[in-house]
Amino acid sequence: MNQAKRPLLEVKDLTCHFDVSKPLLNRILEREPKSFLTAVDEVSFEVNKGETFALVGESGSGKSTIAKLIVDLVHPSSGKIEFDGQSLATSRGQAFKNLRRRMQMIFQDPFASLNPRWPVGELVAEPIYAFGLAKSRAEVNRTVEELLEKVGLSGRDAAKFPHEFSGGQRQRIAIARALSAQPDFLVCDEPTSALDVSVQAQILNLMKDLQDEFGLTYLFISHDMSVVKHMADRIGVLYLGALVENAAAEELFKNPKHPYTRMLLDAIPDHEMTGRKRQAIKGEIPSPIDPPSGCTFHPRCALATGECKVKRPEVVVREGTRVACWEVDRLA
Amino acid sequence: MSDVLLSVRDLVVEFPKRKTLLTALDGVSFDIHRGEILGVVGESGAGKSLTGAAIIGLLEQPGRIASGEIWLEDQRIDQLPYEKMRQLRGKRIAMIFQDPLTSLNPIFTIAEQLVETIRTHLPLNAKQARERAIQLLDEVGIPAAAKRVDDYPHQFSGGMRQRVVIALALAGEPELIIADEPTTALDVSVQAQIIDVLKRMCADHGAAVMLVTHDMGVIAEACDRVAVMYAGRVAEIGQVRQIVKQPQHPYTQGLMGSIPSLAHQRHRLIQIPGSMPRLDAIPTGCAFNPRCTSVGERCYKERPDLLVTNQGEVACWLFDQGGVA
Amino acid sequence: MTKTTTSSQDPYQVEPWWQRILNSDLFYDFSRRPVVVLSAVMTLLIISASMLAPWIAPHTPFDPASLNLMDGFTPPMEPNAFTGNVYWLGTDSQGRDIFSAILYGARVSLLVGFAAVGFAAILGITLGLIAGYKGGWIDTVIMRIADVQLSFPAILIALLIFGITKSLIPRELQEQAAVYVLILSIGLSDWVQYARTVRSSTLAEKNKEYVQAARLFGVTWPRILLRHILPNVMGPVLVIGTIGLALAIILESTLSFLGVGVPATQPSLGTLIRVGNEYLFSGEWWITIFPGLTLLVLALSVNLLGDWLRDALNPRLR
Repeated sequence: MNQAKRPLLEVKDLTCHFDVSKPLLNRILEREPKSFLTAVDEVSFEVNKGETFALVGESGSGKSTIAKLIVDLVHPSSGKIEFDGQSLATSRGQAFKNLRRRMQMIFQDPFASLNPRWPVGELVAEPIYAFGLAKSRAEVNRTVEELLEKVGLSGRDAAKFPHEFSGGQRQRIAIARALSAQPDFLVCDEPTSALDVSVQAQILNLMKDLQDEFGLTYLFISHDMSVVKHMADRIGVLYLGALVENAAAEELFKNPKHPYTRMLLDAIPDHEMTGRKRQAIKGEIPSPIDPPSGCTFHPRCALATGECKVKRPEVVVREGTRVACWEVDRLA
Repeated sequence: MSDVLLSVRDLVVEFPKRKTLLTALDGVSFDIHRGEILGVVGESGAGKSLTGAAIIGLLEQPGRIASGEIWLEDQRIDQLPYEKMRQLRGKRIAMIFQDPLTSLNPIFTIAEQLVETIRTHLPLNAKQARERAIQLLDEVGIPAAAKRVDDYPHQFSGGMRQRVVIALALAGEPELIIADEPTTALDVSVQAQIIDVLKRMCADHGAAVMLVTHDMGVIAEACDRVAVMYAGRVAEIGQVRQIVKQPQHPYTQGLMGSIPSLAHQRHRLIQIPGSMPRLDAIPTGCAFNPRCTSVGERCYKERPDLLVTNQGEVACWLFDQGGVA
Repeated sequence: MTKTTTSSQDPYQVEPWWQRILNSDLFYDFSRRPVVVLSAVMTLLIISASMLAPWIAPHTPFDPASLNLMDGFTPPMEPNAFTGNVYWLGTDSQGRDIFSAILYGARVSLLVGFAAVGFAAILGITLGLIAGYKGGWIDTVIMRIADVQLSFPAILIALLIFGITKSLIPRELQEQAAVYVLILSIGLSDWVQYARTVRSSTLAEKNKEYVQAARLFGVTWPRILLRHILPNVMGPVLVIGTIGLALAIILESTLSFLGVGVPATQPSLGTLIRVGNEYLFSGEWWITIFPGLTLLVLALSVNLLGDWLRDALNPRLR
């Protein structure tokens, strides 16, 4: 692992509420208070330079919100996000622009993330112009061509429009566009979940190659445990907006500590037919608007005690794994 | 064979477009036996959902069955008039769709929808049908079924809704259920539950299932046999263990290798170069030839049909006496 | 077995723009609908004829020097009782050639129509984009004004604006400014349509990932609106614009018919109809019927085109 003194990205007590109240008039008529959805609940983690940190969770776990919080597309309710010691929320002017350039994002849906009216060359060139990274039109064109070739397309594809490409090729274009800002940190929000498996393999391989070549740091967000295992150095497991476990990838799969992580691992279909028994799972994810008290996982947990129902679990460290569970020692 | 329930022979489905004729399914053949679960797997555009739609007679316009035959036991069903086909749907063949929200009508209660389906197909009075509905909901694992039967679809969670859809599909006691990506819209933890319900219910009711999915994990968990589709054709059919452990067709091999493994750590995944051809650009000969690593002269000229090997059926010249040269 | 083969042409070759139009689904759909083709032909015919009026009109109807009072009230295709002159569509009380008057009148009607639609569209699109993208109180203010305006008939709004504006302009300038005042009042009465449509499309587009991506590159919001969102919301605007053109032409004619539109010295189709209306019951039917027919054909054709465009661009109906 990397021995950088300071993590590249440091997230501390990050919390984000969304106001999901009904309109004012309805609230008055129905005598209801304002209601909030806690999408992200005091999440803390660090990402070291050159590594891949993955966040996994099911729908409603807040993983996509964290991605948007980190690149400042959504503003946090509280907590702090520091990138290389600086914060996007507080920096201004040139420092802000530079910070913005260094953190880029790859989106889930390659059909929505590329403006359908723009030719590919202009899409890829936009960050170059926006951040003033080239001196002349010719230099821009050369850079775009190089980037397209780097991601496995042809320089001549620059004149085409997004609708002429398949999903996998579009995701390559999106990656080229993110790279044209010369970032060192990429937030990848489910970059392959809209793609077929054979295309997913191509994109994952490409992302690993690019990481090796440019020394990129990834925050990789996914719901697919096998993809995460393939990509990540460290993994954070989210449940209803809270980080329940944060462990080195190998450790997490070999020795999961939180009951939810165990459940999640049990639920993965055994596509290799190794004979691993799949466990039946109790219940479904509760509504994040009205989450259970104490540990939000307690209604589905076999180990839950009275304490779990009332008190929010504190994060403890066991064998290098950070885990938020009252009963962690009973499991081991 | 006497236990063949559904037999599809050389099915060709075409979509006439402005200037061209797109052949979306091109000579698809397979059998489904009574009580078995046949997985149909492939990537988007392979024609797997279209096969299901063609069988149940719900091809989207302007698609049409151009040739081939579909037999349900000894009845040919690909040319049935609309009214006959409508009677068949729900009664002998039922369908489960990907999105449980859109396959339930939001303005009727679960009871109303179930009772209507039951009474369309079975000679029961309203009271008996309601009891049957509650019994079905109970079987698919809806807690307090007697109470929840009068709820509306939006009052159920995604997983529960898909259970209701399964109950609805089973209401007419069909012999065959076509399940089109039934777990794709659900979270992993719920996926496992739904697959279990589907497997159990079909075993209890003696229904055969055609399970259409892109997810190899679901296939491995649920199916007896698998048909792998590529560019509107069947590339390989075999026992699920066979396909997963020792795939024969180069495409199946690539497909299996491209799934990240939980058991082994690899730095790079096996990748199939390129992507599936568009329907207007399917190469002559074997449709997989531009992406195949074992390609030979013959693959560009002649199209391989399904060849019976000792491990299943595979459409690849590698398994023919003449080879690929 | 039917098989379609790949075309062997260079995949990187870019089609010329006219080739792309001819190959588009839109053009294909268009070419298969005779009514729509006829509408397009009629629209183009009227537009080009009125644009070329100074060259193709047999007379200059509004040059008093060229008029002969003896030619007055000549019926269509009949020689005048005094002069023996023959006019295709007859003449009016002043001896003006109706055909020429229609060509010049359609010119004014179309000018006002296009300009009013352009003005309404620019205003509506701008306000709609800002309301949709910025949200909050800006959105509330803009859309409430729109709601209030929508609860009055367009003609009332136009009359109101026309009255106010006219009273602000000095009397001696009124005649010259009349056309611009008309454009302003029709445009102001029609922007709401554009604003509402653009706002709802903007609400959908702004949450798409390509807009978020642009924000990550530090692109400023006016630029995001102009370069990213605007091109993607233009489809419905085109449809409203076409239907709006027909409505604007009718509204202009209505105002002119009521006598509040363009002055009689440069009459539009509506003015011609109003003037002719006085003679309808004394037997000189042609003075009002032919301008009326022209207006009918023009408005109907443009409307049919707009209807077709709406259906053709609507993915759900395809």
